[in-house]
Amino acid sequence: MFHQLMNLISLWALPGIIILILTIGLVRKIPLYEVFTDGAKEGFKVAVNIIPYLVAIIVGISMFRASGIIESIGVVCAPLLEHFKVSADVLPIMIVRSLSGSAALGVFSDIANNSGADAYTTKLAAVMVGSSETTFYVLAVYFGAIGISKLRYALIVGLLADFVGIIAAIAVVKWMFG
Amino acid sequence: MNYIFYFLIVVSIIAGAANGKLPDVVNAILTGAELSVKVAFSLIGIMAFWLGMMKIAKKSGLIGVIAKIIKPVTKKLFNEIPEDSPAIGDIAMSFSANAFGLTNAATPIGIKAMEELQKQNIDKKSASNAMCMFLAMNTAGFQLVPATVIAILIGVGYENPTEIIAPTLLVTTIAFLSAIFMSKLLQKFWAPQQSPLAMGEGRISAGGTGVRNSGEDFGGEN
Repeated sequence: MFHQLMNLISLWALPGIIILILTIGLVRKIPLYEVFTDGAKEGFKVAVNIIPYLVAIIVGISMFRASGIIESIGVVCAPLLEHFKVSADVLPIMIVRSLSGSAALGVFSDIANNSGADAYTTKLAAVMVGSSETTFYVLAVYFGAIGISKLRYALIVGLLADFVGIIAAIAVVKWMFG
Repeated sequence: MNYIFYFLIVVSIIAGAANGKLPDVVNAILTGAELSVKVAFSLIGIMAFWLGMMKIAKKSGLIGVIAKIIKPVTKKLFNEIPEDSPAIGDIAMSFSANAFGLTNAATPIGIKAMEELQKQNIDKKSASNAMCMFLAMNTAGFQLVPATVIAILIGVGYENPTEIIAPTLLVTTIAFLSAIFMSKLLQKFWAPQQSPLAMGEGRISAGGTGVRNSGEDFGGEN
């Protein structure tokens, strides 16, 4: 029942919003087509404007991932994680999930395939990936689009929230499935 | 941003050399640069679509209604933004898009919200308190159903993939609330923004960039 309801929501969220927007627009006698194309014009401008910022941050992150430093951190931190009964397999997710969404999903797929579908590690990894947003990407795109270069405390808050999310994931999964 | 950029690149090169992965690191420059352009270009179409939809929603008054509904919350979180600012409606829409997992829609709408916040910003180069708050809400990744993760779990034959929805929602809520809390907290301790006009031309160029410099105590203004 719950499962079906969730599927229904996922399936209809997007089409539902589109129908709602268009229908209200029509009822209020908005020239839908003209207003739509007028708004859509900005799409190209915004997407091209963020390219320099994306290049800076994505090249940096690609180099960081290729350098093997994430694996090195893993070796250092493994004993600490073992203390909390967390498999070292999940560590790359903890680091990568703030940097790259597709990389985090990739690591998660590996874990799900290797640890077995119903393993504790898989559950922990699933919750960690599912509850995060790629902080660096959001930062580069949103601030890049409007030309902000002084972040003030924005990155600190983002990373602290990521850290809280990791701790919460470990605690909640242990509590519910442990 | 200066320090982050320097750190990511220089540390990667040094660590890559130490790990014997220097060629990979150098290759990553090319693949990363290509990927960035791919990401930006793949955004053009979907961004145009949602910006068009948003314009209809704005003209028809739908966004205004949504903004009014969540006003009690936004008033507290974004107390520096005037209540009737279009930014409030965009923030509300962006948050809803994220909550329903509509990442494609959330990005253009979020950028739109940032543009509106930029209009109220006194220093166009540095992030206002409202921007930091909005970013914090976004980076915490609040989402009702983690659809992609569930899809992967189904793919590997997980018996009851929906059982991770509840713990994920709990964790994401904790992260989300702590992001808001920390944003409010740091806002108190961080030096307030000051208009570059008040600082004078020389000060802008000498004022440098990056997190540390923007933390300099210019005092006074709020």
